[in-house]
Amino acid sequence: MRYDKIIFEISNEGQIGHDLYTKTNNLSKLPKNLKRSTRVNLPEVSEPMVVRHYTNLSNKNFGVDTGFYPLGSCTMKYNPKINEEMASLVHFAASHPLAPESANQGSLELMYETDLLLRDITGMDYFSLAPFAGAHGELLGLWIIKEYHRFRKDYKRNKIIIPDSAHGTNPASAAVAGFEILEVKSNADGTVNVDDLKTLLSDEVAGIMLTNPNTLGIFEKDILTISKLIHDCGGLLYYDGANLNALLGQGKPAHMGFDIVHLNVHKTLSAPHGGGGPGAGPVGVVKELFDFLPSPIVRKKGNKYQFYNPKKSVGKIGRFYGNFQVIAKTNAYIKTLGNENLSKVGGLAVLNANYIRKSLENEYKVAINDICMHEVVFDGLVDKSTGIKTLDVAKRLLDYGVHPPTVYFPLIVPEALMVEPTETESKETLDHFINVMKQISVEAKETPELLKEAPHHTLVRRLDEVSAARNPILKFDDIKEE
Amino acid sequence: MKTFKYFPNTEKDINEMLEVVGVKSVDDLFKVVPKSIKKTSGFNLGAPLSEHELRENFNSISSKNKILEIYRGAGSYDHITPSIIPYLVKRGEFLTSYTPYQPEISQGTLQYIFEFQTMITRLTGLDVANASMYDGATSTAEAVLLALNHTRKDKVLVSETVDPSIVSVIETYARYQDIEVEMIPHQNGATSLKYISQSDNFGAVVVQNPNYFGLVEDYSDFQEVINEKGALFIMNNDPSTLAVIKSPKEYGVDIATGDGQPLGIPLSFGGPYVGYMAVDKKLMRKMPGRIVGMTHDVDGKRGFVLTLQAREQHIRRYKATSNICSNQSLMALWVTIYLSLMGPDGLEKVNEISYTNAHYLKLKLLKTGHFSEVFNDNFIKEFVLRANFDVKKVEKKMLNKGYLFGLPLENNLVMFAATEKLNKAKIDKFVEVLEDALR
Amino acid sequence: MRYYTKTEEWVLIKDGLAYVGLSEYAANELGDIVFVDLPRVGDRFKKEESFGAVESVKAASDLYMPISGEVYEVNELLEDNPELLNEDPLKNYIIVLTGIKEEELKDLILK
Repeated sequence: MRYDKIIFEISNEGQIGHDLYTKTNNLSKLPKNLKRSTRVNLPEVSEPMVVRHYTNLSNKNFGVDTGFYPLGSCTMKYNPKINEEMASLVHFAASHPLAPESANQGSLELMYETDLLLRDITGMDYFSLAPFAGAHGELLGLWIIKEYHRFRKDYKRNKIIIPDSAHGTNPASAAVAGFEILEVKSNADGTVNVDDLKTLLSDEVAGIMLTNPNTLGIFEKDILTISKLIHDCGGLLYYDGANLNALLGQGKPAHMGFDIVHLNVHKTLSAPHGGGGPGAGPVGVVKELFDFLPSPIVRKKGNKYQFYNPKKSVGKIGRFYGNFQVIAKTNAYIKTLGNENLSKVGGLAVLNANYIRKSLENEYKVAINDICMHEVVFDGLVDKSTGIKTLDVAKRLLDYGVHPPTVYFPLIVPEALMVEPTETESKETLDHFINVMKQISVEAKETPELLKEAPHHTLVRRLDEVSAARNPILKFDDIKEE
Repeated sequence: MKTFKYFPNTEKDINEMLEVVGVKSVDDLFKVVPKSIKKTSGFNLGAPLSEHELRENFNSISSKNKILEIYRGAGSYDHITPSIIPYLVKRGEFLTSYTPYQPEISQGTLQYIFEFQTMITRLTGLDVANASMYDGATSTAEAVLLALNHTRKDKVLVSETVDPSIVSVIETYARYQDIEVEMIPHQNGATSLKYISQSDNFGAVVVQNPNYFGLVEDYSDFQEVINEKGALFIMNNDPSTLAVIKSPKEYGVDIATGDGQPLGIPLSFGGPYVGYMAVDKKLMRKMPGRIVGMTHDVDGKRGFVLTLQAREQHIRRYKATSNICSNQSLMALWVTIYLSLMGPDGLEKVNEISYTNAHYLKLKLLKTGHFSEVFNDNFIKEFVLRANFDVKKVEKKMLNKGYLFGLPLENNLVMFAATEKLNKAKIDKFVEVLEDALR
Repeated sequence: MRYYTKTEEWVLIKDGLAYVGLSEYAANELGDIVFVDLPRVGDRFKKEESFGAVESVKAASDLYMPISGEVYEVNELLEDNPELLNEDPLKNYIIVLTGIKEEELKDLILK
């Protein structure tokens, strides 16, 4: 029987799942006007029932551990379990962030060491491990760009250039950071149109945000030209590291001219996605920008590790030092791979993506007809006469036990299907995916209703998102008696 | 070619794929990369470590941390973590899934977020909560941005009894949106309502309860004054204490924020924790972050989806008022399981035992004659005393004895915290060792 | 006689007031409208300035002033029933403006 309870529905008055015991009632000494007037309404569930409930919930989910998860630009690679073990070591779990530095030399060493490892991977000079996610790293990077110009007393620089193919967080971060956005057009092959870029340059440009490979999975062939143009006009280059997986072993962002870089360690460096976090978005900078990094960073003095507040720091961007345990997982991953394996990641990921591209090019319209990087974008089915949209293909994939690729992104490809297989997928898995996709393209012609009404075999089928937005039920207590 | 445990494809597989793609080698796929970039692509990371070697490496690093008996809080509290939580949270289906963009196969994630949202609204009393924020400090900073956007003002008043780290984060976010941050003074640990009533042109007021010094403040009458000024009332709480202290809703708060760390999340050197935000329904469509809603599928079955997405960064793009994308999902699950397990009885007991221990600790410390009182006794688990000795020196001595002493503040003040992990015997021993160190 | 902007709003002048709404084309393109972000009565906007927004499940679109004016009335029905804009975008206006200048209608499309 399918499990279908919400935790509040299995609550039973008097049931407990905790083992705390006390006979005292000292809280009665707290003045009444400071206290809650009614008992807080939380579920009352025994321990075995709690375990059963959440175990059943997990069965309604799909993770990389379950099957192929080719979400473009998310890099759903295998999340090694040894990393979990290392991050939860008792000495790390029990480490109080405000204990004296002498009591936390292990935690500080781990952070410092990770800084050095990330510098090597990206070619940048210094890293801050504070950002909690990629978007948070972007915000920090943009603040650093602002401070850099303010410090030079160049107050005109209030514009950021962003490609029209960019992920939504790029312009959102720029807006939250207080910048105006200039959109630069893409060429037919998805790369930045250098001629259009030239028309946007001025002494009001603070910088440009780029990802390389871009959101279409294509390498920005003009990157060195672009970086020279931006630097010549006095701006800085910001690298959105979401697609770094393609470049591991092939090139470092620092050598492409980037001044600020953020990494998504929950993508490129195997930290688990957790259903939407916690991740981490460490930010690397060239040495000229070191003083602006958020407080505090970790440095080594002699053989001791200590916190340090950069002289012109943008300030604190989180209460403590970032998602330490996520950083620990990143550190473990890098050490596990070492030189010889980390340098192979890009090549293997890119080979897997091109294999998919070549194998499906007859059934699905490849958006850019050229060698792709770690991800391939299709513009829906080749045969559009069936009326089957990318959404239908995605929903039908669910019936085959495959997590759909990213859909409808980037926005410049109308029926986008972005497939990123990563280097931890075998040829067998890719062949299965390819066969399923081919099967779906046949179904599109022969039995299109099957796709339009898909999924059929999942625990829930297509959900009514319109009424969810019109009449939001956002907590259990919003549910009306039916 | 040497294969690696995380790379499933053999040399044979690779050759077959190269043939399909139509290139001779993997390098041919990167012809587009400029030579100057290719040349410097090598790493200097060392040889790969086997699991055994990695364990030895990490044990050697981590053991440089000291395991201590903890008498310090200041935003990170040493509460007990129930055993089932890490087991459940680390299940691969939870741990290795991503944002629930395909709701049909993400009902697990979506449902636990719905449960989390519900529990946060019950603890705070407010109408709507989102799927989580990065931490309590950034959540409070984003609440300030939300409030000032809504009221169309550019000044925020922040109480001096708010944790300085939280104030610092608010100041960072504020600076880049040209927002002025003005501090509200306190009298004996109580935020000055008078100061607020005499101020103008502000769009939000931020307070904390219990405050930074551990005191439970009385915020009655604040809502009326703030409302009259056309501003919004923001309160940051330790959610564990919300089981016993007056809720933000009861104080008429518009936006409640806080950090879920005290709800069974280990100290872990500061992260990952989990921020939360709950708002009055008038602000529902302006709230940042992801939100899960309940709906039905085509067969009429109950299900959950991400909703109100038009607010989010990937749709609003340059009109976004927040850029938050990933949140702290798994930590929201952590807290949801904790609250399910503890229930109202358990959470009340956590506070009762912490309260008992903290007040006993204060009494014992005062009895040594080396401390004097600073504030009153309206605290749950954290309090401030003034020491008559060099706190930094004693902190060091106590560290060598295996104790994390109270947090030294300025002017010889020390801030102590006590949770349900302690008991009378441990506290007696702690005070005994302290008196010894002070001889 | 309705005038249309390039950004798919329509405006109808009646008794010296300007009724402003969303074109049929835009309502169809957006799909099921789930929310309308309305300005406040008394707000003043210039021609082509954004005065609000319309949200569907997957998109959000700003609404732009066809002419300058002061918000005299907002269609409060849209707060609880945004789908009215899908049902009849020509009958269900979004806002009403006062203090208008009819010469600003010159460059709009008459239909």
